[in-house]
This record gives sequence, structure tokens and C-alpha cells, in this order.
Amino acid sequence: MLITAPKFKENAAKALVDKSLQKALGNVERGFVAKRAKAAAALPEFDALRDAARDIKNHTLENLDLYLEAYEEKVTAAGGKVHWASTAEDARDAILDICTAANARTVTKGKSMITEEIGLNDHLEVNGIHPVETDLGEYIIQLRGETPSHIIAPAVHVNKEEIEADFRRVHTHLPKDRQITEPTALLSEARVVLRQEYFNADVGITGANFLIAETGSSIIVTNEGNGDLTQTLPRVHIVVASIEKVVPTLEDVSTILRVLARSATGQDMSVYTTLSTGPRRPEDPDGPDEYHVILLDNGRSSMLGTEFQDMLRCIRCGACMNHCPVYHAVGGHAYGSVYPGPMGAVLTPKLWGIDQSGHLPNASTFCGRCESVCPMHIPLPKMMRHWRERAFEAHQEPAAQRYGLKLWAFMAKRPKLYHLATGIAARVMSLLGGAKGRLSSLPLAGGWTKHRDLPAPETKTFLKQWAEGKR
Amino acid sequence: MSRDAILKTVRASLKGEADVDARREAVKARLSSHQRNLIPARGQLGDAERVALFAEQAEKVGATVTRVDDAGAVPEAVADYLRGRNLPQRVRKGNDPRLGALPFDKTPTLEVNTGPSDGTDLVGLSHAFGGVAETGTLVLASGNDNPTTINFLPETHIVVISAEDIAGDYETVFERVRAAYGEGTMPRCLNMITGPSRSGDIEQTILLGAHGPKDVHVVVVG
Amino acid sequence: MTSETSTRPSPARPKVGLFVTCLVDLMRPAVGFAAARLLSNNGCDLAVPPEQTCCGQPAFNSGDRDDTRAIAEQVIATFEGFDYVVVPSGSCAAMMKVHYPELFAAGSNWRDRAEAFSAKVFELVSFLTDVLKIEALDARFEASATYHDSCSGLRELGIHDQPRKLLSGIDGLTMTEMKDPDICCGFGGTFCVKYSDISNAIVERKAANITASGADTVLAGDLGCLLNMAGKLKRDGSAVKARHVAEVLAGMADTPAIGEG
Repeated sequence: MLITAPKFKENAAKALVDKSLQKALGNVERGFVAKRAKAAAALPEFDALRDAARDIKNHTLENLDLYLEAYEEKVTAAGGKVHWASTAEDARDAILDICTAANARTVTKGKSMITEEIGLNDHLEVNGIHPVETDLGEYIIQLRGETPSHIIAPAVHVNKEEIEADFRRVHTHLPKDRQITEPTALLSEARVVLRQEYFNADVGITGANFLIAETGSSIIVTNEGNGDLTQTLPRVHIVVASIEKVVPTLEDVSTILRVLARSATGQDMSVYTTLSTGPRRPEDPDGPDEYHVILLDNGRSSMLGTEFQDMLRCIRCGACMNHCPVYHAVGGHAYGSVYPGPMGAVLTPKLWGIDQSGHLPNASTFCGRCESVCPMHIPLPKMMRHWRERAFEAHQEPAAQRYGLKLWAFMAKRPKLYHLATGIAARVMSLLGGAKGRLSSLPLAGGWTKHRDLPAPETKTFLKQWAEGKR
Repeated sequence: MSRDAILKTVRASLKGEADVDARREAVKARLSSHQRNLIPARGQLGDAERVALFAEQAEKVGATVTRVDDAGAVPEAVADYLRGRNLPQRVRKGNDPRLGALPFDKTPTLEVNTGPSDGTDLVGLSHAFGGVAETGTLVLASGNDNPTTINFLPETHIVVISAEDIAGDYETVFERVRAAYGEGTMPRCLNMITGPSRSGDIEQTILLGAHGPKDVHVVVVG
Repeated sequence: MTSETSTRPSPARPKVGLFVTCLVDLMRPAVGFAAARLLSNNGCDLAVPPEQTCCGQPAFNSGDRDDTRAIAEQVIATFEGFDYVVVPSGSCAAMMKVHYPELFAAGSNWRDRAEAFSAKVFELVSFLTDVLKIEALDARFEASATYHDSCSGLRELGIHDQPRKLLSGIDGLTMTEMKDPDICCGFGGTFCVKYSDISNAIVERKAANITASGADTVLAGDLGCLLNMAGKLKRDGSAVKARHVAEVLAGMADTPAIGEG
């Protein structure tokens, strides 16, 4: 998956002046935040459930090898097949092999960030298989040739006028004079168009929110019902999931479900929580003949035992980006990665290298709002800081920045020299500030004064005045 | 190949093989003990209150609920609902014996077809395995009795549930699944359904009836 | 510090070291004097160690662990003899209280010293309410003000009610809540210069919320946020004044506001 994370600053600059995007981002800020707050407040045990959910995932991660083995055993017993994939390429190859064996021409897809991560759609297209996204948001961005800008609301950046234009451009078999200005009309049209695709498809591909070791079940959590039609109607169902999705038991998943939807959309429970275990059974009148699980690592196993292990607790609810002031300002595409926002700022450097994505963990004010709402208590700012440490160790930041910091630190460790310098700085800035008491430009401080005045100091530092006896 | 490589990296990251036997025991115990974690007080109610909460929560998410005293009243309740919605008197159901035993002869105008849905049915009729009061969630098990296609293809989904099958929490329903299907065994598909299908993908405005049913109607028996 | 042999806390007259922070020292000495007055007037044996510089946060958040550790050692060595270390900044206080111990290996001598030190560190306003148990302060400030929750103080130290409580007792002061007082102002240390366009978009919203509150003054407990908010308000020609909460609580809000001559 090609990422534009190295161009984060350019991406962000464009996003900041994109009026239509800014209007759409207002929906994230207003909608998700208030809904989550309301749902959390309505459940007295919410915070205690977050603790419990964190503990479940920690226990699972500390025994991940054993839970994965137990899970595989159960899938096999239910007649399914687990395909282990170390890399994105392994996963794509395994999926293509299954599709080829099934003589697949059309593949329907439920919403899945993991298939974005492995760049599945392009791979299928190149090999002559037509993938059809069925989640409304994913369908919209597929028509537009875009990537998701949010992990649970992929088309959050698109306005309804743009959707109408896309539908008119692509659904040319429908009458030109039809009325589709209203969201309900757009939804109805997508429902009719996609309904046919479910029946046409040879293979249905979904992600998984959870894998249950106790039963070998995969779980998808959705609101539209598209994931269920995707996995029920075609002859072959492929689940693509990363290794950290496993949880031990049905009781454990119950606990995590209680924090997932509340954190994501502010629902107590998403509309459809579906547990799938193996293929159609002899007595079943419907369901797929084949059930495959692609179990993807893609670097996750090497996060265990490191300062990034906690990130593997992530359940992809999107609360971190919903509450992030930087995400609110620039939206998801600016991050130039499959995973935007705070969780993406931690995960992307692992998946595509800190040399490619150094901006992402740096473009944070460390305000901590993400961590404060994370249902799994993932210390996101702390892990972004760890990436900054790795980048610093690798000398990745611009030289001027590094030397500036080093010079400052050199002085901060030498109080006499430091106070000499701050004494001069105070006098100079005070003079420049003059009677107005502020500066509208200052050499080397263009980043500040481009948008803000700089309040000027007094002529002497506090420590100097204090030493002189002022109280 | 990938399998061994992944498990090897996981083990290496988890302090190696040193304590693998102790971990194995702990994992085995966890998988078989079905230990419940914290369960919210919300659904922990007496029988009457629990059913009332189930109905309240289901209605809150856009389902409609009606209650009948016994199974004999279900066909009339179904016919009434269809009339009220101006829908044709025709439903599609599976082979669930509880649905099969309903006195549909009392509602001769109601056409009842049996078998999975091929997408042409307007109304599906299912019998729920259970319900969860905490969130107004219906739990449906796949199979010949209640084919999964009936849950998703028709625009209207009518679900019959016995009041005694409504639990306070998910954990109780899962325990009943274990009792019905055996330890560690599941129906092919277990659908937990909380209200009608919806989407917020167009400008974050919630619209009902995305790809699944636009209407979910629950008939509580007993 | 006096050459007292015991470091046992003395509830009657605790020995307090004031860490003014590098920003206050350079950019707004008035906050340091206000903090000093608040502590001295409320029963503290106050000292201001002259060799203090910075808490090391810029290095810490830039990923420079070695320099951060060296600076932390210097701060700990300078201040560990006090009963309490008080800081007029939630951000610097959180650095010293929450993050210093993380810099040192568990079980090391420096880790032990850092933990003992961290236990003594308090942000100024919460020190007044939570440690000194002050319910109200005798001060007067004729204004209508709104309070911005600085992120570190709010989320790392739980400072929310304390400043509001003390401000509500100030004569002549009417407090009003702005929309989203708990959302970041966009300062973020070096973030505001490294990603100045994004920082600007964030502070624009903050400035709009401050203006919409109708207050004539914005108060906060962190000078970084205040410089950012004041700088934006002034650039936009706003008449809203910005002050550190300590200036108001100490009755020293008669000086020009931040960014005014």
C-alpha cells in the first residue's frame, strides 16, 4: 500500500484550505464526540469495563502463541482452514490462490482495514478479479478511487453532493432524471445496486473484529448488514484478520463488545455482531461452502515484548481520531497512511518504517485526549514519543532542528551559561516588543509569528529580578 | 512456513519457552472455565423487569415490540403487524418447529413459505435463540430452523422470542449456546441483532435500512 | 535552603522550592512573583534555587532521552531537599511528577531518587487546594473571565476543579465557561513551530471559543498555552486579555496582560 506519509506537511496544508473537507470534519467533531460521551455516561460501569477489557487483551497478548494455536485447532475442527501469513504479500497470495481455485470473477468485501493494509483490491484487480466494496462508505470511496479517511467512517470526508455526482457517473444504467439529492435516496440506490453484487459474487471477503480461541469463531461488528450478506451468499468466505485479534472466550468478547460500540459510534451495541464458525454444515440451507481465515502478522509479532506491545490491544474503534485536535484540523488523508490519527501515528511507523512516517508521531500536541478516551487504555502519546526517540537515535530530524535542540540542552545543563543567554534574550525581545508588548516577527521564530504575535518579556528574567531582591 | 515463523517470533518476544508449560495450563484453564468478567448491573433484573428492559432497549434502537400471552396468538400478531404496515400477507420462515407449530390456520390470508430466502421475500419470520435485555439484542442461530438469509435479505424481519429466553446479559445467552451445542461448539453463524440495519456513512446522518432489514419487529411470547 | 539535617515534612511551615519554569523565567516573570507570593503568604518557607533552568520537556518530547535524563538529574539534585517542589505549570509539573521516574531504569539509585522527588512535586494551584487545603483566597480582580484547561494539567494531574474553585472566590471576578475548555489550544511545545499551520488551525478554534464566551479575560495555568492564545488573540486584534491564573489568585493582576505593553 503506497503511503504519502512523508508528505504529511504538504497534505496537511492542502487539507487546511479544503473548504468541503473542513465542513465534513465538523461532522466528526460534533457527532462522534457527543455520542460517545453520552453512551459512556449512561453506563456506570463503563470505566471499570475499560480496565477489564485492557486486562483481557494483556493476558491474551502474553499468551498469544497458545491462543493462536487453540484458535486454529477450533477453526479446523469446524471445517475451516487457517492460512498463516507473515507478510502482506503472503496474505495477498493466499487470498488470490483461494479466489483462483474458486474461479472467482467478482469478490464482494465487507469493511476491513486489514485488506487496506495489505493493498488487496489492487492485487485482485491486477489479477483479473473485480472486488466490490459493500459498506456504503467503502463503496463511495471505491467509486472515487480514494482510500478511507477514517477507520470506521471511511467516507467521512465526502459530502452528499459529491456522492450524488459519483453515483450519476457510475450508475449509468439508471434513469438520468432520477432524484438522488437526499441521503435516503442515495442509500436506497446503493442498496439496490449492491444487492445484485452479493448474488453475483463468487467469494466474500470480510475482516474480523475478534477471533475467539475457545470456539474458533470470527466476529464482525457492523451496522449496515453488508458484511453479513458478503459472507453468507457467496460460495467462499475468506476472513482476513491480524494475529492480535484473538481473545480467549465468549465471556471475554462480551466485555470488550461493551466498550467497542460505545467508544466508536456511541451505540450501546452495533446493529450486527456476527459470530461465524466454519463453513456450511450438512443440514444448513445457506452459508458458504468454504471458510478460510488469513491470519496476518505483518510485523505485529515483533511488537510483543517492546515498548509498542500495548498498541496490540487496539480494537479499531476510532475514538482516538474522533477526539484528536490534529485529526479534526486535517482529516485522515493528510496522514498518508492506511491508519490515520493517533493510532495510525503509532502503527504506521511499525508497518512502513519510521523513515517513511516520521511526521506522524511528531504531529501531535500530546494533549492526551486520545488516551483519555481509548477503551483499551493504550498510552498513545507515550508510544508516539517512543517513535520520536527512535527517529532521534537514527538522526532523522532536520539538522537545524537537531543542533538547535542540542545547543539548548547543552545550556540547560549549565545554569550560568543558560542564565547569561536568557538574560540577553529577555533584553532583546523586550526591546523589540517595545510599548506594544509583543512582536509580530522575530528571526528564527517564523513558525510562531506566521500566525501569532509573540508576547514580549520584561527586560530582565525572573531569576535575575529575584536575585536582585525583587519580590 | 509462515505459521512456524510467526509462532517462533511470538514465543521469542514472550520470554521464550521458559514458562511455556505454566502458560499452557493457565490458557487451558481460562478456555474451559468460562469465567465471567464484570457484568453491568443494568440487565440484572427480575423476570418481568428484564423483559420490559429488553423491549425498551429494542425500541430505543428502532425496533418495534409487541407482546402476546402465548404462542397461539403469534399468527394474528404477525398478520396485524403486516396490515398496519400495508405489507402483503406473506412471510418466509425456516423449519423451526416452534414456528411450524404456530396455528397459522387461524390466519388463512397469511401466506407462509418455508426455506431459505433467495432475496425476493419482503418479510422474514424467525425464531430467536435468545435475547439480551441489557441492549435489546436478539440472538439468532443459523441452520435449517432459521436460515441466515432470512435475517438479512427481506426488508422486514419479524422475530419471535420466548420471554423466558430473554437474559440480562450476553454471557447468559452464550452459556445457553454452550448447553445447546456443546462446549466450544457453535452454530455456523450466531447473529446478534440490535435494531434495524443502519448507516451513518452519508455525512454522519443515521439512516435506517442500509443493506439489511429496514424494519425489525419483535413478538415476545409469554 | 537552610542546613537543616532532617527532610521530614513540617506541616506547620513546609519548605517549598519554587521551580518557576523556563518560560516564566524568560517570558513572564510576573507569574513567578505571583506564585512566590501565594506560597509565602500561605505559610510556606519559600526558596527559589538560582541554578534552575528547565524541566527538560523539550528534549523529552523530541526523543532526546540522554539530554532529558541529564537535565532531570540536575533538577532532582537541586530540589530533592525540599518538602515540596511547586511549579506554576501543569505541563512542567507533569513532566517532573509523572515522567521523571520513567527516565531511569527500575531499581537504579536514580530511579529511587526520581520517585522520591516526584512525590514532592505539585502544580501550583492544586498545591494550594490539595496540600495547603486553601478554600478561598483574599484577592480582587474586576473582570469577566473564562478558564482554559491546559492538557497536561488536566489529563496527567487531574487539575480541573481546583482553579475554578479558587477563582470563584475572587472578589469582582465573574467566571464563565467557554465551549470545549478541555480541548488543546494547539501549542504542544515545539509542535507549534514544527507544524505551525495545524497549530494555527487549532488555536483559531480556541480563540473563537474564547471570544464566543463573552469573557474579557482568558485564564490558564500554563504559560505556553497562554502565549499561544494571547499571541493569536492579539494578532487578530482581539481585546480579550490573557493572564496566568496565579496572577489573579495572588491579587497581582494589575500589570499589563500577556502581550500588552
